[in-house]
Amino acid sequence: MDRRVVITGLGVVSPNGINVADFTHAIKNGISGIRHDQELKDLNFSCQIVGEPQIPEGYLLNYFTPLELRNLKSSGIEYGVIAGLDAWKDAGLELPTEDEPDWDSGTIFGTGTSGVDKFRIGIDIIDNGQVRKLGSGTVVQTMASGVSAFLGGKLGLGNMVTTNSSACSTGTEAVILAYERIKNGQAERMLAGSTSDKGPYIWGGFDAMRVCTYKHNEEPEKGSRPMSASASGFVPSVGAGALVLESLDSALKRGAKIYAEILGGNINSGGQRGLGSMTAPNPVAVQRCITEAMKSAGIKPEEIDTINGHLTATSKDSLEIENWAKALNRYGNDFPYINTVKSMIGHSLSGTGSIECVASVLQIDQDFIFPNINCEDLHPEIEELIDKSRIPTTLINKKISTLAKANFGFGDVNACIIFKKYNNE
Amino acid sequence: MNNDQIINDLKEIITPYTDHKEALETLTENTDLLIDLKINSANLVDIILDIEEKFGIEIDNDSMTKMINVKETIAVIKEKLAANAG
Repeated sequence: MDRRVVITGLGVVSPNGINVADFTHAIKNGISGIRHDQELKDLNFSCQIVGEPQIPEGYLLNYFTPLELRNLKSSGIEYGVIAGLDAWKDAGLELPTEDEPDWDSGTIFGTGTSGVDKFRIGIDIIDNGQVRKLGSGTVVQTMASGVSAFLGGKLGLGNMVTTNSSACSTGTEAVILAYERIKNGQAERMLAGSTSDKGPYIWGGFDAMRVCTYKHNEEPEKGSRPMSASASGFVPSVGAGALVLESLDSALKRGAKIYAEILGGNINSGGQRGLGSMTAPNPVAVQRCITEAMKSAGIKPEEIDTINGHLTATSKDSLEIENWAKALNRYGNDFPYINTVKSMIGHSLSGTGSIECVASVLQIDQDFIFPNINCEDLHPEIEELIDKSRIPTTLINKKISTLAKANFGFGDVNACIIFKKYNNE
Repeated sequence: MNNDQIINDLKEIITPYTDHKEALETLTENTDLLIDLKINSANLVDIILDIEEKFGIEIDNDSMTKMINVKETIAVIKEKLAANAG
């Protein structure tokens, strides 16, 4: 029998807040985490603004041993471990002390790459014929599963410990995969999340594709403009989000705080067929993903109160709204509210889905819909489909029952999940 | 450089790699790095790199395989120092 799955812990490392309390404050108040980046300017990037978490000096010592911090050059692992351990602690779960692994707990923690900066250092050493001087940290920091391996060790996880990777849908996919594992009875608790490396070697490829905005280098906070007529590309960013998923039985037994319930979800691909390609989403697949997610959750389109979109601030935002409207068959004033934290923090690539899942769950738990910033000039193609009032530009304090959240990624891959306020029935 | 001086330097190098501070404090020539100090075997290569830097020597693979206890480690360091001096 399918088991109910709830969320009992949250962690986040975002450009506008490196813990859940600061992040909540920031998204409620529309606080941008986008800043000018001198390094990108010096390197002749078109886009010279980024969203990067502001980690204070010494902060990592709360999460890593001094030995682990020696030669640690993997920003994605740093963000992922902070978010993951914070979520575990938030769920009221203890760090293990005994010799026995926790067989009932695992992690699916995604990333696009790992340890790019560590890899670069290694490349120089190897090319100088000094491979023996790499030390022991290169493999564990540059393997894609480095982040889940670090978390698995720190938490003593004895269930599945793995890393998924599906471009910008990575984070939401991780949550859905973890949800299914618990629903099917293969685990009691799963730490689900995603992270990304930072820096020019990550962002450069996007800059070269001309998909990042270059029009706001002098006004960073205005740069990320999802759904706006003046949107001119996404702002590259970085960060990590993490959620503790737990069987309802386990959560009730522990007396844990329940943030929300996961009703269902769907993961699919457009196969790079039809209008889909390596970089463009096949609308048929996007709509199907949303429809199948609702079917899996056992809900009807009219039950959705609000949508947390992908909405990167490229020319694809209008198409995304059209896909949602068609999949739900809801237009104009009947369309649910829709928002995205990307307006405040940019697009944190493989980290984005989990950060946005955290934001979604916070809205359900604390009864609010955060504002979209930089969307005063709504794109006319969007306004033809849905009413302007559906895109809040100021905080709305409102009880949300059901929220749909989706991300879409390169490779024509999609993930859509349905969260619901938990009630005991 | 005598054995006591080398042992003092070794203690300093090894400190970040072990949680067994008592065994480190009482480190003697008979201390085994893996058994007594519970050092993660993957970290042995990092310790070797630190030793190379500290003593200004280079340690080849064959010598490295011997360096699992303090006595052998001291012997290798002395041998390489002597080779440098020569």
